[in-house]
Parts: sequence; C-alpha cells; structure tokens
Amino acid sequence: MAEPKSPPPRTDSSPWNWLLLVPIVVPLLTPLYNHVEPRLAGFPLFYWLQLALILLGVGTTTLVYQMTKRKRVDRP
Amino acid sequence: MSDHITEIVVFTVLFLLVSGMGFVAAKWRAPQDMAHLDEWGLGGRSFGGWITWFLVGGDLYTAYTFVAVPALMFGAGAAGFFAVPYTVVIYPLFFLVLIRLWSVSHRHGFVTPADFVRTRYDSPTLALLIAITGIVATMPYIALQLVGIEAVLKTMGVTGDSPLARHAPIIIAFAILAAYTYQSGLRAPALIAFVKDTLVYIVIAVAVIYLPYKLGGWGAIFDAADAKFTASPAPGDGIILNANNQVQYFTLALGSALALFLYPHSITGVLASRNRGVIKRNMSALPAYSFLLGLIALLGFMAIAAGVKPLPGAKAGSVDSNTVVPLLFDMKFPAWFAGVAFAAIGIGALVPAAIMSIAAANLFTRNIYKEYLKRDATPAQEASVAKITSLVVKIGAVAFIVFLDPQFSIDLQLIGGVIILQTGPSVVLGLYGRWLHRGALIAGWAAGMLLAFWMLWQIPNAATKRAHFGGSAFPLSEFGLDSSKTIYVGFVAVLVNLAVAVLATWWLRVMKVAPGVDGTTPDDYFADEGDPRIEREKAAAVDTVSST
Repeated sequence: MAEPKSPPPRTDSSPWNWLLLVPIVVPLLTPLYNHVEPRLAGFPLFYWLQLALILLGVGTTTLVYQMTKRKRVDRP
Repeated sequence: MSDHITEIVVFTVLFLLVSGMGFVAAKWRAPQDMAHLDEWGLGGRSFGGWITWFLVGGDLYTAYTFVAVPALMFGAGAAGFFAVPYTVVIYPLFFLVLIRLWSVSHRHGFVTPADFVRTRYDSPTLALLIAITGIVATMPYIALQLVGIEAVLKTMGVTGDSPLARHAPIIIAFAILAAYTYQSGLRAPALIAFVKDTLVYIVIAVAVIYLPYKLGGWGAIFDAADAKFTASPAPGDGIILNANNQVQYFTLALGSALALFLYPHSITGVLASRNRGVIKRNMSALPAYSFLLGLIALLGFMAIAAGVKPLPGAKAGSVDSNTVVPLLFDMKFPAWFAGVAFAAIGIGALVPAAIMSIAAANLFTRNIYKEYLKRDATPAQEASVAKITSLVVKIGAVAFIVFLDPQFSIDLQLIGGVIILQTGPSVVLGLYGRWLHRGALIAGWAAGMLLAFWMLWQIPNAATKRAHFGGSAFPLSEFGLDSSKTIYVGFVAVLVNLAVAVLATWWLRVMKVAPGVDGTTPDDYFADEGDPRIEREKAAAVDTVSST
C-alpha cells in the first residue's frame, strides 16, 4: 500500500474521549463514598467502593481505547 | 549477631540475583551502538506493551509507596487512602495528554519534557526552568527510595551506631545500582521490573489472604483501626474522612495525579514506548496496580490489628512509622517469607531509583549541557554526559540520607510534588495550544513557586514538632476564610500559576512582545510509529552523515 501524497489532517479527537471524564471526576466525589455502612465482607463502604471505582476506570479507558483505535492494521 | 539471619540471607540472595540481571540488561534488546541518548536513556524507544506495563508500573508504585502509604493509614486512617483515587484518576489523564507528548517527541527526537517546551515556545529560559524544577523535584524522590530500603534493613536489625555503619548497606546497594544503570541505562530497570512485580504480587496475594485469616477477618481489622482512632485525640484521623479533610482528600488525589505525570521519570517511561497503541493499551491495564496499592494501604490497618509498635526514629522519643509494614511481616510470617517480602520492597526501590536518576540525567544533558555548555555535542557525548550525571544524582541522593535526617527527605519530597506541578501549564497546555505566552508562563511558574513555598512554610508538623514544611494540608482559615477545612497546597499554587499566566499573556499581547516561533506543526501531535516523515528524515540524516 502506497502512502497518499497528501494525507488528510490527522486528529485524535473523538466524542468517546469525553467518557474519560467519568473516571476522572467520580473518584474525587468524596460524599459518594465517605460512609461506613453498608459494609461488604467487613470492608466499610469507603474502602470497597473506592476499590470498585478502579474497575470503573479500567472499564472506561478500555472502552475508549477500543472505540478510538485506528481502523487500519499497520503492523505486517 | 542478629536473630534475623534467614531473612538477611534470602534478602541478600534475591538482591544480588537482580543486580546480576541489571548488568546483563545492557545486552537485552540492545542495538549495535549503545552510545546514544535514545538508547541509554530511552531504551531505544522500542518497548512494547508488556515491558511498558512493568516499567511504568515499577516507576509509579515505588518502595516508598509500599512503606509510606500503609504508614499513613496506620497513623491517620482514611486520609491515607487518597492513594487509590489518585491512581485511578491518573490513567485517563495520561491517556488523553501524554499520548500527544509521545507523538511530538517521537517526531522531533525529544528526550525530556523541557525539550518539548524549548521547541514549542522557542524559549531556552522556560525550558531551563522546567529542567531545573524536574531535577530538584526528582532528587528527594530518589532519596526516599533509600528510606524504603532503610525501613527494611532496620527491621532486620542491620543497623550500626555510627551514621556510616548504619548506612553502609544502603551505600553498597546504591553503588551496585549506580554501576548497572551506568552500563545498561533504561534497559536495567525495565528488566528488573519483571522480578520486582512478581515478588510484590506474590507477597501481597499471600498477605491479603493469610493476614486477615490470622487477625480474625477484615471486619475485625477495620474494627481495631476504628477503636484506635476513636481513642486517639488527633482530630484528623478515623476510618472515614471527617467534614474538615474531604477537600484536602480530593485536591490531594487530583494534585498528586497531575504531579505524578509531570515528574520526569514518568515521562521517560512513556517516551520509551514503541507506539501510541502501546501507551493507550497500558493506560487501560495499569490500574490493576491501583488495586494492589489499595490492598497494600490496608496493611497499615492490619498492623494496627496485629498490635505493631513502630521502631524508634532517628531522634530520641520519635517513632519511625515507615517500619510498620516490615514489622508486620516480621511478626506474622515465617522468616524465609519475610525475607522475600523485604526483598520485594528493596528491589521495589531500585527500579524507580534507576528510572528517576536516568530522567534527571536526561534533563541535565539535554537542557543544560547541550543548551548552555556544548551546543554541538554529538549523540555519543550526550550519552556519556548522561551516564556520569546519573552517577552524580545517585551520590547526591545517598548524601541526603546519610548526612540529613530522613524526615528531611520526606519534607523535601512533599515540596517536590508541589513544585513539579508548577510545570503543568507549560507542558500540558502546551500540548493543546500555544495561546499562553512564553514570558507569561515564566511569570506563572515564579508566582506558583513563591506561593507554594510560602504555604508550605506555614504548615507545622504535629508529629515531629517542626514548625514548617510539616505537610501539604493548608488550613483555609489562613486565607481569612471562616472555615476549619484544609486544602492541598499544590492545587492552590497551580491555580494561581495559571491565573498569572493568563493575565500576563493578555498583557504581553497588548504590549506586542514577540511570542517566538513554534517549532512544531499541528500534525506532530498525532504522529505514530512508522511515520512517513520520520522515515524520510532518518534517510536524510544518514545521507548527511555519509557526505561529511
């Protein structure tokens, strides 16, 4: 495949990127998790919910990565 | 003779094994010619997904994290858990921002964030400020890795009476580290990170299953912590936050995340990746470490439940709370496994210390030596200056620990995090646009620095009875606000920095002061591996060399 002479201007902006605000903002909302009850397996809410927010972070970044991946296979 | 002989033997054997790997790393994935800063300082910019995962992970989660975060939980409770949201918030930020820095650096051959600022704003002065800030902030961070090793050695009873005897093991460990970093560059920590993480994963997996079982379950652990904090007179502790430290909690988490990705060593780890996809994939996978960090933090509560009493500190009457995790392992695990755990912490110090010294050396070489001392330095000269600088940086870090109170390094690292944040407007906003004026960015940097130092100076430390630099929680009442809440110093300072930069930009534009020439093009921020322009330039460079 030959490279076109003048490729269209590239960009990495995508509406999907806005989704990344979720794992940036939600873990900073202390009123959301600053409680002892309900406990889960002995863990107060403060601890288990913040650990669960890690999964939110992983899930969101993975989703955005998959949706914004360049659509061509560039490795032989 | 010490009664920790098994632990010491296991620790030493693992430590030496890893040191051997450090030397061999020079041959690992190495090109014909190591005498180039791209090779020594960035591992040839060739690391794929797995190596980047271990390298960046080993970079961000350091020995100091392993001892200090649980120590904070042990002493203050919930406030220490800020490390978890902090390391969740950071990856989406990396994902959006650092990817652009990778692209523009890839196309222009930048090795440091200051290289980027130099070209983007056409300002060697601004680049020099960024480079000096980076070096100054990194030095105490390296010293803190030694605090991590020292906590382990202290627990094993490897201490002496004179300062030199007490520090001899650390000096030896760092001499070995310095030697293999000199030889292998970034390849050494990249290779060692595999071992470090394997050990850490094993130790934590065992600890979080075995210790709650021994201590009567997670419920009992949290109840023990709750009982301790309820009984203590300190106002800020508890197993959840109180009304006064919630603002501090989230500003500290956000500020630390921003600071971490401005630290030169994180940027080094990212620039060493092979392409954009490697970085993006890693940003969605790296939070697995945050889970680990959360569990490590809870070791602080386990230490409370187990009734750990921290060892005495350097000064009479003080305690060294950094020893709580090593003591917990020593108390609850068989000696050989405690040795493995201690080795995990010790080796956990080597990986980041090596990357940090390389990052500081890159900054010196590119932004001070090449800019001001020898404009026409060849790549080979750059590489050899960087190698020597990395030695000097490590000697400096050891001197911090040997000649100064380790508490002083902790205070300095606190300052380091706050000052590195002041490079944010230049580096991060520079990746998105060029509206801010170079002169205004310098003014903002200066304003942020001054304010940060003034604020940190005002904060006393209740535990060590020092009047200044006692923490990062600034009481809002000092601003004349009627409130007992506290806020993270770095957060305030960077907002002021930004405000000054915006106002000064407006003024400089009105005065028509020249903004300099932007050396980058919009397309540079999206370049990827195998970029046609880079391939052309490589070919052109070879032609030039052969024709001269």
